[in-house]
Amino acid sequence: MDVMPKWAEVVLVPLISLILAAILSALVILGIGEDPVAAVKLMVSGALGSTYGWGYTLYYATNFMFTGLCVAIAFHARLFNIGGEGQAMLGGLGVALACLYIPWPHWSLALIGATTMAALFGAAWAAIPAFLQAKRGSHIVITTIMFNFIAAAVLNYILVNMLRPKGSMDPATARFPDATKLPTLHDLLAPIGINFSKAAPANISLLVAIAACFFLWVLIWRTRLGYEIRAYGHSESAAKYAGISPVKITMITMIISGGLAGMMAINNVMGESERLVLNATEGAGFIGIAVALMGRSHPLGVFLAAILFGFLYQGGAELALWTSIPRELIVVIQALVILFTGALDNMVRMPLEKIFLSIRNARAPKPERKPVEPAE
Amino acid sequence: MTLMTKLLGAAAVTALGAGAALAEPALIFDLGGKFDKSFNEAAFAGAQRWAEETGETFREIELQSEAQREQALRRFAEAGSNPIVMTGFAFGDALGQVAGDYPETDFVIIDMVVDAPNVRSVVFNEHEGSYLVGMMAAMASESNTVGFIGGMDIPLIRKFACGYAQGVLAAKPDATVISNMTGTTPAAWNDPVKGSELTKAQISQGADVVYAAAGGTGVGVLQTAADEGILSIGVDSNQNYMHPGKVLTSMLKRVDNAVYQAMTDGPGMEKGFNVMGIANGGVGYAMDEYNKDIVSADMQAVVDEASAQIADGTLMVHDYMSDDSCPVLDF
Repeated sequence: MDVMPKWAEVVLVPLISLILAAILSALVILGIGEDPVAAVKLMVSGALGSTYGWGYTLYYATNFMFTGLCVAIAFHARLFNIGGEGQAMLGGLGVALACLYIPWPHWSLALIGATTMAALFGAAWAAIPAFLQAKRGSHIVITTIMFNFIAAAVLNYILVNMLRPKGSMDPATARFPDATKLPTLHDLLAPIGINFSKAAPANISLLVAIAACFFLWVLIWRTRLGYEIRAYGHSESAAKYAGISPVKITMITMIISGGLAGMMAINNVMGESERLVLNATEGAGFIGIAVALMGRSHPLGVFLAAILFGFLYQGGAELALWTSIPRELIVVIQALVILFTGALDNMVRMPLEKIFLSIRNARAPKPERKPVEPAE
Repeated sequence: MTLMTKLLGAAAVTALGAGAALAEPALIFDLGGKFDKSFNEAAFAGAQRWAEETGETFREIELQSEAQREQALRRFAEAGSNPIVMTGFAFGDALGQVAGDYPETDFVIIDMVVDAPNVRSVVFNEHEGSYLVGMMAAMASESNTVGFIGGMDIPLIRKFACGYAQGVLAAKPDATVISNMTGTTPAAWNDPVKGSELTKAQISQGADVVYAAAGGTGVGVLQTAADEGILSIGVDSNQNYMHPGKVLTSMLKRVDNAVYQAMTDGPGMEKGFNVMGIANGGVGYAMDEYNKDIVSADMQAVVDEASAQIADGTLMVHDYMSDDSCPVLDF
């Protein structure tokens, strides 16, 4: 039985962690002689104060939702997939091939086709380390992180030697045809009378990401496969005893995980840049780890954490644009949030648990509470 | 009435202030960052020189993500910055999208050609400068083996490597050129440790001059070359001073001049396509008090002759970009 009520678990712990991170960040900003209040104002107004800001915040958040879900599902099977970065790169390759070589008549078909290709490529890239883990016991943390570098090398080779238009200096594919152009939030919201910024890159993949959050929730808590994944994650030997095949669960979980990471490419490759560039993923796969940790591997938590990180990215960009705060410091602020919400979670949780425990003990004896379902 | 005058006065001051802000130029650095001791830093130096001479200010931003390219361009254009200078070929696509939306703003892009009426494109003939330092490397080498260390395996760096190899073979037809790239992720532009490892690997293969075209990674290359007692060649900025007497020369790519010129010309500048080569001082090799003892007069005479021939067109250095291939080096 949980010591804390669920609302404290889900809301209070991350909130206090965030406040601690914010206080420390403010001290750092003070330390370099800038005004922390003005900086926060600039971040908030720049990221959330206009549809333009929201457009960028949600664009980044979409990336992080996919990679966050990728890490979260693997966590449920107690697999640590650090390879989201490489899987997303390969997903980008899948999207690029789908968009460049198949003449799509309409964007909706292109979206379905590109999503399938992205998921297939990402899943295939995750399947190899999964197989090595399941059959040979090669640790998945090591293999997935190595596969990130292999993915970068593969992408580099393919872009420079194969997909680059002749004579182009930029190691990137040609621009995708117009028929594959995804509608942005501006296009989607215009019919219902909301004038969303035209310049912002957030697009229909946001809806795909939200749908993915929902389906993952169904999968994990409402299906037999999800039950097997969680059982395997809690205790491998017990799962085995219950007739769950570790090989099957490892493979399936990693394939879903890689597929989700790969699907990120419909947002950044198809939705934003509309061509595949060398540096397309730019660390979103690693941010996904922080997002999954902060979201406690729950799809709703991942959704919220992704928006928070989207805010940090877009707010950080605004800081870089309009102040002399160097970009290294913006990385420091982002790192502090990750540190407090991800790594130092118990620092906040344990005192809170004590407080809740003492409150409960102080109350008069009461009938036994109905057991609450554990968060994981 | 007085209130009205005050208000009007205030409005006039604001308008003036806005007017002053309008002319402020902006400089956008590529993902490598402002202080890479090489390409982006050269751009910063040019802008800094302009600011010091005119006493004016400029806006700047170091990008953190690909999506910010278009964002930064639009935000600066909307805020009235003019001209907007950006460093790096990776801006080409974004600028192609943005330039048409802001016909009143002048854009300057370095290392890439964007065909729009309000864009000045500045490209450098890196292969020509690399050819010259390649000749020097070959002449300074005693082992007849010289090295090249690039950042990432991208066309731009192949252009450097190809020019360098041609220069080496022109000076010593039987020399060997070893070529390595640092990595496959953007981290390769700022990885001095790996640059150092690659230098050691090339030394063990017999190289006694190494040329680094790898941004911040070059710092490690130059350091290790100096520690191990071989010569190195710097890139983009003049890096001779970093290890006096150990850096043979630096291939100068005068990004600083291009940025300085753009900011001096200001709004309404001449647009179009600028090629900065040996003929107009856009690229070259560095001679100063730090390397005068290791570059002999003979060496310099040979290189200057080649330089003159390239300038007047009698010597053609093959440009990797012209046909995506290099006659003397495989990638």
